[in-house]
Amino acid sequence: METAYLIETVIKIVVILLIFSALAGIGTYFERKVLAFMQRRLGPVNVGPFGLLQVAADGIKLFTKEDIIPTNVVGRIFKIAPVITAATAFMAAAAIPFLPSFTLFGYEVHPIVADINIGILYILGIMGVGLYGPLLGGMASANKFSLLSAARGAAVFISYEVVTGLSILAPIMMVGSLSLIDFNDYQAGGFTTWIVWSQPVAFILFWIAAFAETGRTPFHLIANDHEIIDGFGTEYSGMRWGLFFIGEYANMFFISFVISIIFLGGYGDGSFLGALGLLLKVAFFFFFFLWTRAAWPDVRPDQLMWLCWKVLMPIAVINIVITGIVMM
Amino acid sequence: MHNEHVEEHFNNRNVTELDSNYYMVDIADYPADGWGKFKRALKRSFRGELFVGLWVVLREMIKFDVHTVQYPAEKMPIGPRYRAVHEMKRLWESDTERCIGCGLCEKICISNCIRIDTRVDENSRKEVTEYSINLGRCIFCGYCAEVCPELAITHGGEYENASDQREHFIMYQDMLTPLDKMKAGTQLEFEGFGAITPHEDERVKKTPLAY
Repeated sequence: METAYLIETVIKIVVILLIFSALAGIGTYFERKVLAFMQRRLGPVNVGPFGLLQVAADGIKLFTKEDIIPTNVVGRIFKIAPVITAATAFMAAAAIPFLPSFTLFGYEVHPIVADINIGILYILGIMGVGLYGPLLGGMASANKFSLLSAARGAAVFISYEVVTGLSILAPIMMVGSLSLIDFNDYQAGGFTTWIVWSQPVAFILFWIAAFAETGRTPFHLIANDHEIIDGFGTEYSGMRWGLFFIGEYANMFFISFVISIIFLGGYGDGSFLGALGLLLKVAFFFFFFLWTRAAWPDVRPDQLMWLCWKVLMPIAVINIVITGIVMM
Repeated sequence: MHNEHVEEHFNNRNVTELDSNYYMVDIADYPADGWGKFKRALKRSFRGELFVGLWVVLREMIKFDVHTVQYPAEKMPIGPRYRAVHEMKRLWESDTERCIGCGLCEKICISNCIRIDTRVDENSRKEVTEYSINLGRCIFCGYCAEVCPELAITHGGEYENASDQREHFIMYQDMLTPLDKMKAGTQLEFEGFGAITPHEDERVKKTPLAY
């Protein structure tokens, strides 16, 4: 392996880590602002201009708070669980092309850490591993409500993995590759070549499943607001709790990238406008996560299971069959 | 004034079919069979209710009709009859204290939080030497202000009482209108419970002296 390639990869990893850690923080700011405006409130206003430094204040608070390990928890698992959530979220980012390749100081940069030929499989797999964060955290917490929420979260995650995988299978059949760059190039012809037009059902199914994968509001069963505690995160404090948060927000950004690239053309032909378009699409999907949180109530766990196994999965299977027949 | 007989007529608020603002909510029966459940699921899926909710919150965001009162910086106007921490008023004419030390407020106070001590001074006038209200006990019922014959003790609008102990006393000097405020003529009269009504001057009758 060349040294230059190694250095380039390390730099890319550091840049992605820094940008998306910061974005996760700013994401909380946007979430609070958007939710506040939708509920006729002001949101954070006191720290810095328009409350922008609230993110920094929260960061200082999270970093300096005492890291409490309760008495009866399974210490090692309890400590490692938040790291799993955050780490898997960022590991999944390795196969996502964030921008088209561009030339910087005469050196061509591919803004993807590793263009592996099983990109989507890798992303879905790593996001699936992310389940172990909440699950282990809840199970190790020695708190029955944490345990309940972890069990519920695990059930939702595993169920919706099915929908995610099946819904994305039809586009994969059309593109004939698992690399997200190939997905992008397949749709490089412009607006009309987007996969969303040929696979609208898969698009909607994947979008719905994305809410379950990130644990966002209509399927926000993982932290149970109705029990007035923070679900699997109840016993956590300080930066360990913050890692869960960073993982959740990073996941929201990454899944927004994945939806945009798979179904909505990604960065298109790779021009500057295309790159801007990709960022706009991602911004819309991120905004939609916040939007639904303001608008929709949570679904009951049994309704969620019903929706997954009796509605979405059959539709996904039918979609695959029809796609296969059309492709033959 | 209202001597003529007013016929009492209450609204008929019974729920009737005719001419009523009440209506029965149209709730369909729960489907019993699978086909009915399927139809209900289909109907709910495609009726677009989710988008109604999305539109409502987006509309509110665009309208930006924010109702937040940024409390320490902004305060809601409170009513003139609001019963917060007591104030001791001064006389407009002479700037001396209105309190005559009659002790009625101490007597009527139902939570026993007022303590008053008086003496007769060298001019043979009654003087208030000690006056304190235990704000930790006070229930702000307003009886002291109501019973006061001189409108000397009233309620003010100061509701931000923070203290490091529960038994926080407020002393006479803290409640008394400061002299510079009096000189500036900015002492506010309490308009609430026990206070004189706005047009008291026109309604007052001369006391006949020939008893």
